[in-house]
Amino acid sequence: MFDEKDLILEAKHVTRVFPAAGGRSLTACNDISLKFYKGKTLGIVGESGCGKSTFMRFLVSLDKPTSGEILYRGKDITAFRGEELRQHRQHIQMVFQDPAQSFNPKMKIQDIICEPLLNFKRIKNSEKREAAERLLKMVELPPEMADRFMHNMSGGQRQRVAIARALALEPEIMLLDEATSALDVSVQRTIIELITKLQREKGITMGFICHDIGLVQSLAHQIAVMYLGNIVEVLPGEDISTHAKHPYTQALLKSIFDVKMDFSKKIESIDSEAPSPLDVPKGCPFCNRCDCLMEKCRTEKPTLATLGEGHLVACHKYA
Amino acid sequence: MSMLDVDHINIAYKNKPTVTDFSMHIEKGQIYSIVGESGSGKTTVIRAIFGMLPGGGKVTGGSIVFEGESLLTFSRERWRLFRGKDISMIFQDSGAMMNPTKRVGSAFIEYIRTHEAVSKEEAFRKGVMMLERMRLPSGENIMRSYPFQLSGGMRQRVGIAMGMTYEPKLLLADEPTSALDVTTQAQIVRQMMELRENYGTSLIVVTHNLGVAAYMSDHIIVMKDGKIEDEGDRDYILYHSGNAYTHKLLEAVPSIGGRRFV
Repeated sequence: MFDEKDLILEAKHVTRVFPAAGGRSLTACNDISLKFYKGKTLGIVGESGCGKSTFMRFLVSLDKPTSGEILYRGKDITAFRGEELRQHRQHIQMVFQDPAQSFNPKMKIQDIICEPLLNFKRIKNSEKREAAERLLKMVELPPEMADRFMHNMSGGQRQRVAIARALALEPEIMLLDEATSALDVSVQRTIIELITKLQREKGITMGFICHDIGLVQSLAHQIAVMYLGNIVEVLPGEDISTHAKHPYTQALLKSIFDVKMDFSKKIESIDSEAPSPLDVPKGCPFCNRCDCLMEKCRTEKPTLATLGEGHLVACHKYA
Repeated sequence: MSMLDVDHINIAYKNKPTVTDFSMHIEKGQIYSIVGESGSGKTTVIRAIFGMLPGGGKVTGGSIVFEGESLLTFSRERWRLFRGKDISMIFQDSGAMMNPTKRVGSAFIEYIRTHEAVSKEEAFRKGVMMLERMRLPSGENIMRSYPFQLSGGMRQRVGIAMGMTYEPKLLLADEPTSALDVTTQAQIVRQMMELRENYGTSLIVVTHNLGVAAYMSDHIIVMKDGKIEDEGDRDYILYHSGNAYTHKLLEAVPSIGGRRFV
């Protein structure tokens, strides 16, 4: 399904350890290896606190991993410094969860959208209006919005502005971190329609972080399931309900409220909460919430094993 | 006459009509959902029932009658005793309703002592008992924590525990699961449904997710631009409604094995 020559961005054995109080340490990302292919979407799912946003921050060089490397077209971007790093930022752009907080409320929309273009001297100040209107049109907003401020717009409109700004530099990769989680389902859908349309037109590679596996499967070519800093399963985006093997992925699938579900059955979901990342269980990270626990799970940590094409699972059941 | 009768109410903010001609009738033990997009007036409706319309908001017509008493004529003092006892409310983020510089316990104790003349120690014990009843382990620890030290799911459980302290007849929930992870959402939804089984509580749930609404409720009201657009039981809304707007909302719920955009 994925051609190795289309590989654009690759994370290799990325680990991030934060120091914590009392001389302890918190492993937010543990040995993560993932690949982004040209024009495809990689979805990352997991509960809050599983390290998915930390991982995304490495890809946009907002933070550096403790160990491991991130290769963009073969070059390790974690080693970039100064002007080289600045120039590289044009290739990977990001959309955050809440544009009301990630943008300056005192700036007009056209200034927000055109700031990256001006920073990289792609346009002159006199061309700002024209560029802003072109980008607003791309995200299906009326050109008059260029003069507005963030607080005069709805959540969906703001997120469109954030997408317009991220795409202003025509990056190869766009990362969306919970970009639709704060929106109504109906608005969420229109944003998904927009980004998948833009992806088809421009061949953008996307990373889509979300805690809703139902939403992720509607737009991702490949899905990585993360739990307490570990990748527990990587599976193709199609037919996930038949492919999903890891007990955690299945639990995520079961906890979705679907209008097509069987309403006579009670919703099943794991009862407990994820343990603190400060004390990840020994052995399998999921062992204290798993309902098909084996003796081995408590002592030995499972590694990712290939199950089929583009399908990896870290579970002793399938080893 | 039902337990709660909302009859043809109009609500306006500073003379600007926001909700027009809204009616609903709830019996004991029923679960109602109000579904709609942001700005459709769904929160305004339950805030009106709770007597907590924000500044400038006013019910300009119609009646709200709870067990034979008109809520619209209540005095401030009457509301203070009534709220939290006969009707309670859960907000989208129960952490945001608590003072961030005070521990959960201090808010809980204050709440209990507003309604009951008990000592602080007794109120503390009652709080711990309620937390543990809502399946929050080590309630004493939680009482001594600050709201920001708890996860979103735990904060929401604390909100439910507080709201259920006096076993209200009616519980209002404003987007109770919208800020939560899907796994936690499922737990909270299940827990809210157990309230009806265990205490016979009636619920009005406001949500934008028709999937959650369909799972929980006996009756679903779809709102748009301050008016009731469509209403009926789950079967009607999901399979028989001819309303275009209901269809649009239904289609927007992400579904496993549903439409893929790539």
